[in-house]
Amino acid sequence: MMQLRFWPVFLRNFLVWRKLFIPSLIANIAEPLMWLVAFGYGLGALVGGVQQGDEKVPYILFLASGSVCMSAMNAATFEALYSAFSRMHVQKTWDGIMNAPVRLDDVLLAEMLWAAFKAIFTATAILIVMLVLDISHSWKLLIAWPILLGVGITFSCLALIFNALAKGYDFFTYYFTLFLTPMMFLSGVFFPLDTLPEMVKWVAWCLPLTHAVALVRPLFMDQWPDQALLHLGVLALYASVAWWTALHLTRKRFKQ
Amino acid sequence: MTEPQLRCSHLFKRFGTTTVVDDLSFDLQAGECLGVIGPNGAGKTTTFRMCLGLTTADSGSINVFGMPMPQETLAIKARLGVVSQFDTLDPDFSCSENLMVYGRYFGMASADIRQRIPALLSFAALTHKADAKPSELSGGMKRRLSLARALINDPQVLLLDEPTTGLDPQARHLMWERLQQLLQQGKSILLTTHFMDEAERLCDRLLVLDHGKKIAEGKPRDLINQHLEPDVVEVFGGDPKVIAACVAGNYAKRVEVSGDTVFFYSDTAAPLLKALGDIPGLRTLHRPANLEDLFLKLTGRQIREDG
Repeated sequence: MMQLRFWPVFLRNFLVWRKLFIPSLIANIAEPLMWLVAFGYGLGALVGGVQQGDEKVPYILFLASGSVCMSAMNAATFEALYSAFSRMHVQKTWDGIMNAPVRLDDVLLAEMLWAAFKAIFTATAILIVMLVLDISHSWKLLIAWPILLGVGITFSCLALIFNALAKGYDFFTYYFTLFLTPMMFLSGVFFPLDTLPEMVKWVAWCLPLTHAVALVRPLFMDQWPDQALLHLGVLALYASVAWWTALHLTRKRFKQ
Repeated sequence: MTEPQLRCSHLFKRFGTTTVVDDLSFDLQAGECLGVIGPNGAGKTTTFRMCLGLTTADSGSINVFGMPMPQETLAIKARLGVVSQFDTLDPDFSCSENLMVYGRYFGMASADIRQRIPALLSFAALTHKADAKPSELSGGMKRRLSLARALINDPQVLLLDEPTTGLDPQARHLMWERLQQLLQQGKSILLTTHFMDEAERLCDRLLVLDHGKKIAEGKPRDLINQHLEPDVVEVFGGDPKVIAACVAGNYAKRVEVSGDTVFFYSDTAAPLLKALGDIPGLRTLHRPANLEDLFLKLTGRQIREDG
């Protein structure tokens, strides 16, 4: 029973979110859909298809499979940065919780899982829209689902590192401008990596989002990803190193 | 003597080169209210945080309900109620939802919490605000909701960090009344405060801290009798140095000058008042010595850096 101390904290976030469900839904889903429609159909008409291995796939399918990963990343990141920081630093919700028999580690775990939940919620909604628009209807999308949860966990762990270091909201601009935005363009979401120069390609394969896209995209095309274990391993490595770093830095922050 | 509810022994805490808590020892007995007073930066909040396991002492030990802190943090906190200096209420939840959500952190079943909510709201005089959010509450209501929240697990010991700072007199009196009710129910309270009337009214015993050290401990009345002359005469309206010099030695045991005011401390004020009456244009205030005098005598009149 006491091993589940994170649960009431997770539930607290869920209950608040339920009150703000409609605006939250629009923010999390409307924007990714606009990207998809504007670029997928608009740019897709210009581009035509994208060569993937032996196959040429419609651009909207190519984009959709990448952008669902990007949406999971963004949802987890926003929650674990801005929202978690509000609860930790501005509202002092964490301080209140820790006056009850709940440890800082439990609170951080709850925040991490909560941000991952937001990611999978957003990804699920987009998957449903894709099914409705008939962009993909492979049964392998069911396998993409737990992978997207993993993507959410990875990026919420990474964001919590910056949460632990932040003095104010402005600090998060660095994370977005220097890390997330370049990653968005370098991870094969909008165009295939083969077209990139060797050096840039090498950088791209160091980024977690690249591995997420490499796992999810083939599933959308009803294929199996190559080197799935390698990609999963990279995501797991990013997640666990980021989690321990975030935990260490958060503990340090609360020591004072 | 029964085992104390909370016992701190020889606590030390340093931040860098400054010692914020310096060999501090005290007990909180069952059913008593112990007040911790001291200027800003005296180490009150750090001591508080150590008692809650939020920061660890460099040396010394803390035992609560006979269990060591921080090793048994969770078991101890399950039986503690805490009101911190700043409200940490959930702004998105109503009063009853705040209590509900908080009870779950103690592992309580929803049905059990729901049963306790009406009584707690009524104790906090917030029954009519059950569905209001904290932003719709006054300062006093927020503090009472924080107190009600701290009582959700029916704790034996309450730790209150400046529970009435920032409240108007009505709200403070209501808070005092509620705290006295809790003491009558047999709960123990450890509280920090900057208000000497609050300390005198609520606390069975007081702990005076300065620069992390305990400089006095005892019952409020005993401390005053022990450290101060019973009569105080405050004088203003003339040159304080002149007044102090021409009257002092003969009539008062101690004289302090602070700004334009002279404080005379004496065993009998009558001759002093008579002598002062001969000097024209003075205004005098004669009153018994109180806790504030004690506090200022022990910790000095100068403003602290962070005060």
